[in-house]
Amino acid sequence: MLVNQFLFLGAVLFCIGVYGVLARKNGVLVLMSIELILNSVNINLVAFGALWHAKDPANLSGQVFALFVIAIAAAEVGVGLAIILMIYRNRKSIDIDDIDLMKG
Amino acid sequence: MILASETLWAAENIAFAVIAAFMIYGAVRVVTCKNIVHAALWLVLVLAGMAGQFILLAAEFVAITQVLVYLGAIVVLFLFGIMLTRAPMGDSEVLDNGRNAKISAFVIGVALLGVLGYSLWEYFKADRFGQLTVQRTGEVSDSIFSAYLLPFEVVSVLLLAALIGAIVLARRD
Repeated sequence: MLVNQFLFLGAVLFCIGVYGVLARKNGVLVLMSIELILNSVNINLVAFGALWHAKDPANLSGQVFALFVIAIAAAEVGVGLAIILMIYRNRKSIDIDDIDLMKG
Repeated sequence: MILASETLWAAENIAFAVIAAFMIYGAVRVVTCKNIVHAALWLVLVLAGMAGQFILLAAEFVAITQVLVYLGAIVVLFLFGIMLTRAPMGDSEVLDNGRNAKISAFVIGVALLGVLGYSLWEYFKADRFGQLTVQRTGEVSDSIFSAYLLPFEVVSVLLLAALIGAIVLARRD
């Protein structure tokens, strides 16, 4: 297997995620696109980890970092959805465009 | 030339190509689907495919964690979020930004893909993995609890803080 096939898959998913963050208006869908981005980073970490592990069997940094990213993504979704619920409760809408109280 | 090599049709490459095609199609549907519940379910396809790719990379523990945390917890959390915010069920036009925003988002995405793809190809070209060795769960735990002990504890504190923060934000008072 080429290293690049996994890296390209990660890059494609990352760009689809960026498109989703920019093109979507619903808060929950923006969070889903952010999940796509975080996952595409994970595939890079695991691919580099496998590459490194093949040369030095004692080194598992790639996997460990992927696990940290998964843990932080879980925390991010929990807090993000709580914030979106709060916005929904106060404004009856989760359109990102409507949240413009800071605009002068 | 890579295309001419006989290893191109090895079983692992075919598995990679099939799973990757499903993942990319699923990801495109996540960001373009008009139905928010369907978008969440397409996300399941992408995340499950990612677990398959981790198994191809001989990273069994991360693959299982991916299934447990993402498919088991995060997607359910998204479905709760969709229902609690009374998102429109069925097809809806209010999920996306206007046409101009979509076009500029598309241009930004394609430009980013061009830059990333070019730099990845420039640096890694046709590098191969060589013989992949299974990265055993025991070795992963040895690594976490020796070299990465401090970051592990910091992540635990972060999870606790996120838990408390989510409860404080979401409760009714």
